[in-house]
This record gives sequence, structure tokens and C-alpha cells, in this order.
Amino acid sequence: MTKKTRLATVWLDGCSGCHMSLLDLDEALVPLAGKIDMVYGPLVDAQEFPKSVDVTMVEGAVSSHDDLEKARLIRARSKVVVALGDCAVTSNVPAMRNNIAVNKLLEGIYGIPPTDGVPALLKHAVPVHDAIKVDLHVPGCPPPAKAIAFVLGELLEGRVPDLAGKVRFG
Amino acid sequence: MKTLRIDPVTRIEGHARVTIQLNDEGRVTDAQIHVTQVRGFEKFTEGRPFYEMPSITARICGICPVSHLLASVKACDAIMAVQIPETAAMLRELLHCAQFVQSHALSFFHLSAPDLLLGMDSDPARRNVLGLIEQHPERARDGIALRKFGQQAIEWLAGERIHPSWTVPGGVNAPLGGEVRDRIRGELPAAKSIVRRTLTFFKGVVDGFGEEIANFGNAPTMYAGLVDAGGGLQLYDGKLRFRDAEGNITVDQIRPHQYAEYIAETTLPTTYLKAPYYKPLGYPEGVYRVGPLARLNVADRCGTPEADAEFVEFHQRYGRVVQSAFHYHYARLIEALYALERMEALLADKAILDTHVRAHAGVNALEGVGIAEAPRGVLIHHYKVDEKGAIRWVNLIVATGHNNLAMNRSVRQVCEHFIDGKRLQEGMLNRVSAVVRAYDPCLSCSTHAAGLPDMHIRLLGADGRVLDELESGSESVR
Repeated sequence: MTKKTRLATVWLDGCSGCHMSLLDLDEALVPLAGKIDMVYGPLVDAQEFPKSVDVTMVEGAVSSHDDLEKARLIRARSKVVVALGDCAVTSNVPAMRNNIAVNKLLEGIYGIPPTDGVPALLKHAVPVHDAIKVDLHVPGCPPPAKAIAFVLGELLEGRVPDLAGKVRFG
Repeated sequence: MKTLRIDPVTRIEGHARVTIQLNDEGRVTDAQIHVTQVRGFEKFTEGRPFYEMPSITARICGICPVSHLLASVKACDAIMAVQIPETAAMLRELLHCAQFVQSHALSFFHLSAPDLLLGMDSDPARRNVLGLIEQHPERARDGIALRKFGQQAIEWLAGERIHPSWTVPGGVNAPLGGEVRDRIRGELPAAKSIVRRTLTFFKGVVDGFGEEIANFGNAPTMYAGLVDAGGGLQLYDGKLRFRDAEGNITVDQIRPHQYAEYIAETTLPTTYLKAPYYKPLGYPEGVYRVGPLARLNVADRCGTPEADAEFVEFHQRYGRVVQSAFHYHYARLIEALYALERMEALLADKAILDTHVRAHAGVNALEGVGIAEAPRGVLIHHYKVDEKGAIRWVNLIVATGHNNLAMNRSVRQVCEHFIDGKRLQEGMLNRVSAVVRAYDPCLSCSTHAAGLPDMHIRLLGADGRVLDELESGSESVR
């Protein structure tokens, strides 16, 4: 029996749209379930990012100190890191806050910003590759389900996918 | 004194952790939900042309972008001071109903069914949608197919499944063709069958969750939701009604531009999610809930035959006002049925194919409020613009946000009942997450409540003490 690929999915500062696009594989999820072990992510119950992961797909920009720490942990424990979607690849919509000082942003929203049990925001929301080395970028807002299926299919066979013509920003 | 952490809360949308304080006897003394993400949409959109707001605010959420698109275009309609063509309203509602089907399918099957079918105490390594595919393949396929129905309908109507650009200020940007109408209609019977058999199944097993029903947010609150003029359920276009825990209508037919008279917000120090409350009663007495359970409590009927029969049975079983948050799951299935029936009715109407689907206008009002029911609750987009239509100010009160106080209280109730710190088991912590999942929170959405210009902000400690206060007009509140 072939060993299952250990897959993790993570959302940082995103909208979950890229994860929804993954679920848009629809019934193709069923055979996929037989080939992967989803070891961490919003769809499963693990509380710790596991020590060794084959492929981690990261959605969302790096926007808070928690995001940054998480990105570094992911890189240390993953063989292949995929930046999934425009927020991860270019920081996209989260980066629209970048020309507003963080304290002005939070005071404008909250009056008195919460600080207890919540992570501080970084000065700027940045792409994942600003924080860690990324092995594959998959643009799109979100990337189409077909592209995500292709990426997973190739990675599961041990190949780095060639995404020419399969993805674009937006 | 010890602190337990659930970090992250899994199988929900967005980012949250729960901290639970235990005394030396291992009993729970306090618990909080910390929402740990904020992007700042209502600040960074200042200066942009108002007609960009639908596309930008769609990116608040990848599960319910259609909700934001609809609330946003309604606010834009108000700025343009247009009445959109009737067909456009029908098409927007059609899209909205398709979204309800896919979102409720996701919540029930992909996110919560692992608990409901595999068991709250089952092995966490398998307690997920992939485990469901393995152990309950028929149910998993039903869930995937039901979500696919909704997503496909959205794609066929609007061009994309996620963040489509079809809905625009003034209407929609293309009419519906007969071929697409027939295609969606063709898929409806199978989708309805899935919801019917899921309801039958769930009604058969729900009583086995007695302990959860008794302790998952089983406490009186008010409820809020949109209704039509006759008090029937309304998802796309209605007026706001509040009903209290005894079943009395507290206030009814509130127009969009009046929302701020009834809904105020407070900041909490422990979470990026603000806490809305019913203004006349103050905080925290003014706690209320929104979403499927609330809507079925607030409305007098659904308005479609099968859903109405289920509505009657639901209230016969559990009372006029159904209190336990566990019953959000049952309510969600009834709403999915309603949404499918509405889609059927809209598609059967000849007017759905009319080609006049958009009104055109410039800036005719300097302010607009758009309110719709997102799958998770009442969604409010409130924009102010200058004469050129550039956004000056935005306030978003997003669905799940209304449930913040109730969710926190529910978590505390579950912790107090289920958690024994001296004999801690994973299933106890999973039940804390499960009550959060019952609310089906959308937390990326929710952290977007901005300060209202004439607001008095109080910072409350976890025990309710006022730690700090800010009057609007002070420098920190713009």
C-alpha cells in the first residue's frame, strides 16, 4: 500500500476562500481522501502543527505576530510549502491596511484596542515569502479548484507542478 | 489555578482560541473566546469609490461572499437612491438562496457532522470530513453534493463560485438565460432529496444528544432577524424584528437606516470581536442571538410549504422560542429546505428571465445602509460618501458578531457542565468547540464592527467592571 502524503492546510490572514476552492473539488475529494493524511488545518482537530509534514498549503497574508510565528514553524516542519492564493502570494486585500499606522487602525475600529489574549498586528501585512521560503506560488482570488486539484495531483506524485496557463491573479 | 487552552478552535470559519480558568478543585471559574484576527476593512476602504465596495467587501469572507456582495450593493443602491428592477431583486434573492444551501451544507456536513456522526468523544485524528468520507460515505457524499449544488448554481448565475462580480449597484450585470434556468431547475430535486433525508435522519438522532441540548447555550436571550411585512422569514430583503425569550415581539419592522437606534456595540479587552447588544436594554442585559435558530424564533412562518411543515414540527417539539444552541443544527437544515423551495418558486416565475436587470444612477444620497440575512445572521453594511462618491466612513456589523456575547456565555455553560479538570478528557474540550461550531461562526467576517461616530465606548473587564471609557469626539475615535 502506498504511503499517504501528510498534508497540512493553514489559513493566516485570509478569508477562507482558498480553502473553499479546495473544497470545490467536490466529489474529487473522495479519492483524494484515500491518498492523503490531513494532519493539521481548520478542517481537522489537531492542536499542534506536527513535526514532519510533506506538503503544507498556506492561505492568507502574514499580518500578526501569531501569523509570523506560525509561518516559521510551518517552514521548519514542512518539506514543501505552497503559498495558496493572492493574499499569500502578494498580500492582496489584507495589505490594503498597510498605509495606515497600526495604532490608528485599531483605535479607529475599537476606541480602546483589545490586548489580552489576542496577537499584536505587524506593521504591514506581507506575503508569505516575505517571512519564509516558499516552494510554490499559486495565485488567484481564489485559485480555481481545477488548479488546486492539479497542484495536489502533481505534488502527490512527487512532481513540482508547472502552472503556466493554469492560474492568474484575481 | 490553571488555564486550559483550545488553540485553535477547529472546524469553524476564522481564527479563535478559548481559554478556560480552573480553580484548585478542577472546576471552571471562567472561560473566554478570543477572536485573533482583524483586517480593518472599514478603515482601509476610506477614499475608495463606493461602487468598489461590493468587490472589496466580498473578500471579507470566502464562504459567504454573496452575503457581503448583497448587503453592499443594497447600501450602494441607497446611495444611488434607485429602486432596482423587480427581476434584479429576484435574481439577487436566487443567488442568495443558493448561497444558503452551500453554506449550511458546509456547516452541517463538513464542519459539524464529524461530531454528530462520529461522536464528540471519537478519535480527534479521524474526527473530520475525511473521516466522514471513510466511515459514513453516503452522508459524506450527500454533504459534498448539496454544497456542490449551491456552489454550481452560484457559478452558473454569477460567473464564479467565490467572489463573483455579477451583483452590482443598481441590480445585476446580466440577465438570466433560459438554458441556465433549466439547468439549475434540473438539479433541484436531487438537492431537495438530500435535505429531506438529512432532516429525517437528524430528527431521528437529535434526542440522543440530551446532555448537549441541555447545556449548549441553553439559556434565555432575545433573538433578531429580518421578516417581511407579514412576519414571515426573509433572507434578502426585509425589516428587522426583535423577539424576547418569552416569545413577545419587542420591536418590529425596523428599517435599515434605523438600526443604530437598536444596536450598539462594546469593545472587550480579550478579543478582536466586538459585542453588539440591544441598545434599549444596555450591556450585557441586551444580549441577543442571530442566525438560523434566531430566524426561526423571530419569524412567524417560513413561507414555503415543506419548510413550513418542518417549522411547525420544530416548534411543537421545542417550544415557540427554542433556546438551546444545539438546535442551530436542526434550524439550519430547515432553512436549507426553505432556500431550495424559494429557488424553485423564483425559477418558476416567468419574470426571472426578463432582460431589464439594472438601474443606473450617480450619487444621489450621501449615506446608504444595506441589510441582508447572511447564513450566520443579520449583516449590516453602512456607508457614507462625499458628493463624488468616495467613501468617507464605513460601519459593518457582521452576522456572527451579534452572537459574540451569547457564544461566550454558551462556552462558559459548556465548560462549567462538562469540564472536570481533575479527570480531563479530550471529548470535554471538543464539546466546548462543538458549542462554538453550533453557532457556525464566521470569524473572518465578524471582526469588522467599527465605532459609530456618536458612540460611547466602554472597555469592560471579564467580570463586567468598567476598566476604561471613551466618549466620541475624543482624539482616539475618528
